[in-house]
Amino acid sequence: MISPHGGKLIERLDFSEKSREEANELPRLSVNLDESRDLANIAHGVFSPLEGYMVREDFENVLEDGRLANDLPWTIPITKDISEEDKNRLKEGDTVALFYNDTPIALLNVEEIYTYDKKEYAEKVFRTTSIEHPGVANLMKKKEYLVGGKITLLNDPPTKFPQYKLWPKETRVLFKEKGWKTVVGFQTRNAPHVGHEYVQKAALTFVDGLFINPLIGKKKKGDFRDEVIIAAYDALFEHYYPKNSATLGILETEMRYAGPREAIFHAIMRKNFGCTHFIVGRDHAGVGNFYGPFDAHEIFYEYPDLKIEPLFFRSFYYCKKCGSVVNDKICPHGPEFRVNFSGTKIRELLLKGERPPELMMRPEVADAILQFDNPFVE
Amino acid sequence: MTEGKEKKYTTVSIPTTLFKKIERRIKGTGFTSVSSYVTYVLREIIAEDEVPEEPFSKEDEERVKERLRALGYLE
Repeated sequence: MISPHGGKLIERLDFSEKSREEANELPRLSVNLDESRDLANIAHGVFSPLEGYMVREDFENVLEDGRLANDLPWTIPITKDISEEDKNRLKEGDTVALFYNDTPIALLNVEEIYTYDKKEYAEKVFRTTSIEHPGVANLMKKKEYLVGGKITLLNDPPTKFPQYKLWPKETRVLFKEKGWKTVVGFQTRNAPHVGHEYVQKAALTFVDGLFINPLIGKKKKGDFRDEVIIAAYDALFEHYYPKNSATLGILETEMRYAGPREAIFHAIMRKNFGCTHFIVGRDHAGVGNFYGPFDAHEIFYEYPDLKIEPLFFRSFYYCKKCGSVVNDKICPHGPEFRVNFSGTKIRELLLKGERPPELMMRPEVADAILQFDNPFVE
Repeated sequence: MTEGKEKKYTTVSIPTTLFKKIERRIKGTGFTSVSSYVTYVLREIIAEDEVPEEPFSKEDEERVKERLRALGYLE
């Protein structure tokens, strides 16, 4: 089994009633649902080797070099923003209770409170400062200070999909029980079309197992709703996937739309789940025209020490002349023979309540999506 | 970023002949300097030494298997 990132699967859990009660007596900070989910991701090892929110040294190294202060690859800051008022009432050494609504989610040991430059953060992580970029827009709304320190989880945040919720410890046992020595991870925020299926099955040809790991969490307008993604994959699994070599489990964290940097982050999380390989598609984790189509492939060449093997895929399409799903590397025919798996076209048809052509989307998958009044985030 | 932040680089010595060989090797590649090439190679080698994962305790593993069976992931 592949080692977790940094060599150790982090576990920082304390679900005792005593600790939960004590949390009520501590100074409080509020967290939203996405932050609660990321606290759980830290505590259950999805973000190994992180044990809490980044302190300044790690934060600055991540911005500057895409690595933690100990040189380990890490590309996305994991931080908690606080206001001037919070900064004035907290001090280093304090233990703070992090509450989601009325539930104590975690304890935070305050190690450091520091300022940061949002413009620099945006330039380094998103490669743009344009507020048209959803990641930058979110960043600009953040408060002026960051607090760093280790956390301990007191309660798992609520999930709409408990039956699909797996932590790295569980996937690692699952892969072992299934006898999978090599596992390819697939990140997605979409309902699957035939192109996705082709990529997943092409990768599965070379490894023992396929782990489809849809990302559940805050997304942008026009993305598929979480329950739609799950229903669509359920249909695909039921009708088209071999049960012994493919499995589905969710990952609850928000999309950052940080393109290349997020591709590395996605790969690290899947390494922690026990994946030996990771599929990186065209414009992985990109948005609009902020990144080149293969920027997310190229960044992997800067990380020879990542240990999880990226599998790079180009865009696939159906070629009427070849009579199969192909890409420009293996198909000699011109664009007049191509049926592209256009996300925009598929969305348009689904919004009209129509099934996309079978060449683009399996009818069972389309039907699962069409059960929903509006399959897209508004 | 804090002003005057110390850049965390240091110097190591390699034979001049090796340096020149690397200079020739990286021409026309994405590497912009001998330092960036050497850093890349060393990171790749050091990563090989990663500590193997500690196995879960039998008790832990059984608990996890039970949950996986309850969720339908294992029979």
